Amino acid sequence: MALLKVEAVSKYFTSPGARSEFCVFKDVSLKVKEKEFLSVLGHSGCGKSTLLNIIAGIEAASDGYAYLDGKQIIGPGLDRMVVFQNFALLPWLTVFGNIRIAVKAAYPGWDRNKIHQWVQKYVDMVGLKGAEDKRPSELSGGMRQRVGLARAFCVGPRMLLLDEPFAQIDALTRGVIQEELVRMWEDTGITIFMVTHDVDEAILLSDRILLMSPGPEARIMEEMHVDIPRPRSRTSVIEHPAYYPLRNRIIRFLSRKDEDDQTKCVNLVA
Amino acid sequence: MRKPGNKGWIVLCLLFLFLFIAGWQISTVSFRDLPGPWPVAETAWYFLSDPFYDNGPNDKGIGTLALYSLGRLTLGFVAGSVAAIILGVILGLNQTLFKAANPYIQILRAISPIAWMPLLLYSVQNSNVTALMVVFMASIWPTLANTAFGVSTIKKDYVNVSNILQMNPISKVFKVILPGAGPTIVAGLKISMGSAWVAIVPAEALLGSLGLGYFVWNEWNNLSLTSVVFAILVIGVVGVFIDFMLTSLAKRLAYVD
Repeated sequence: MALLKVEAVSKYFTSPGARSEFCVFKDVSLKVKEKEFLSVLGHSGCGKSTLLNIIAGIEAASDGYAYLDGKQIIGPGLDRMVVFQNFALLPWLTVFGNIRIAVKAAYPGWDRNKIHQWVQKYVDMVGLKGAEDKRPSELSGGMRQRVGLARAFCVGPRMLLLDEPFAQIDALTRGVIQEELVRMWEDTGITIFMVTHDVDEAILLSDRILLMSPGPEARIMEEMHVDIPRPRSRTSVIEHPAYYPLRNRIIRFLSRKDEDDQTKCVNLVA
Repeated sequence: MRKPGNKGWIVLCLLFLFLFIAGWQISTVSFRDLPGPWPVAETAWYFLSDPFYDNGPNDKGIGTLALYSLGRLTLGFVAGSVAAIILGVILGLNQTLFKAANPYIQILRAISPIAWMPLLLYSVQNSNVTALMVVFMASIWPTLANTAFGVSTIKKDYVNVSNILQMNPISKVFKVILPGAGPTIVAGLKISMGSAWVAIVPAEALLGSLGLGYFVWNEWNNLSLTSVVFAILVIGVVGVFIDFMLTSLAKRLAYVD
């Protein structure tokens, strides 16, 4: 059974002053298997972040339902930790404090000592040892997102939801953190759902990629399996024979005009 | 940013002091009845050399009187601020309630706390409690308005994080909402404290409650203008001290996003 199941979810917005509803995306269905890394790739504005927010329980779907472990998602929870594009760290807390607040929330029964050790473990895991007492404003984008990842991993969620997690990080640091994420994902065997508009990022990280058409009325148009063996690194991925055909297919899809989108829509629920 | 080591402002500051005292001296030469800097300095020395004397219930040292005023201010201000922050959080979290209550808050805020005094004095029949309530009324509105605003405009991300972490409402308020709105709340507290300190002087003067306001009025009744000028200076200096304390609180709660 799939860990996450999204069934015919649609999202409409009613903008103030507008007569009719604006359809962001329509009838999106997908499944994420246990321990799978699934990415949804699409243009900015196709509603992929909205889809992630619906799975996170931060936003409500206009139609359709999402299920985690067979239970309908009705709100946010510790079983689905989100890593935000803009980090969403609490700026008045230190690095340590930002992770501790999550640990405390997830394990209310633990004593100070246990909490402290647990936080330190995740600080070390993301390579922030020595920066514990810094505030987010003193950190680079890359280091801030390490805090975001530590905060997400430390509560032991059922799955991680990554919302364009590396979009605001400079290109050189991005590659390093992406490889670290791969390593952490392999170590913990956690299930990950990511939305991104970065083709190489999707190929490097994912087992499976879903391509979303541009909005409005965006849909999931294609599904691709990334058959590149793990462990992967940036260099090993681009040397693999499957890389360029896959990349070209995605680029072609993203540059295509939506001439015959409706007919090519594949049903992924079955 | 000022370069470190640039101390020019201190010289300028001392120059302002000199100009102020010189101007004061010149104006007292033109208006003969006004006390000049020197007699005021003598009076200050007289009062400050024994600040905590006690000659019966209505004749106490200036230090004692300042402490009376500060005590009254602290009590009324703390009570008013706690009420304002609690109400402000409730209004800030509920937009409908905020919109509904806002016109009344704006009306109440425009009323000088001194204007309440006759009504309060008539209701509680006790000048000390009335003075406290005047401080309370002066403290509440700016903090209430700022808290409600700060809470309602808190970044959505912070609230999302607290929801994902499934914090209970109490820790959500104390660990996310109050720290997030902290700088805005303290800005409100500073305005409240200012208006409370401004209100306390006439309240004490009119009600005859022991304190700096009482001292000002008492010395006016004694026709001792020198003491009145001295009291004015004390009120200003204490006000600066209070503002300094709140500024250090603001620095501790400030954060860079």
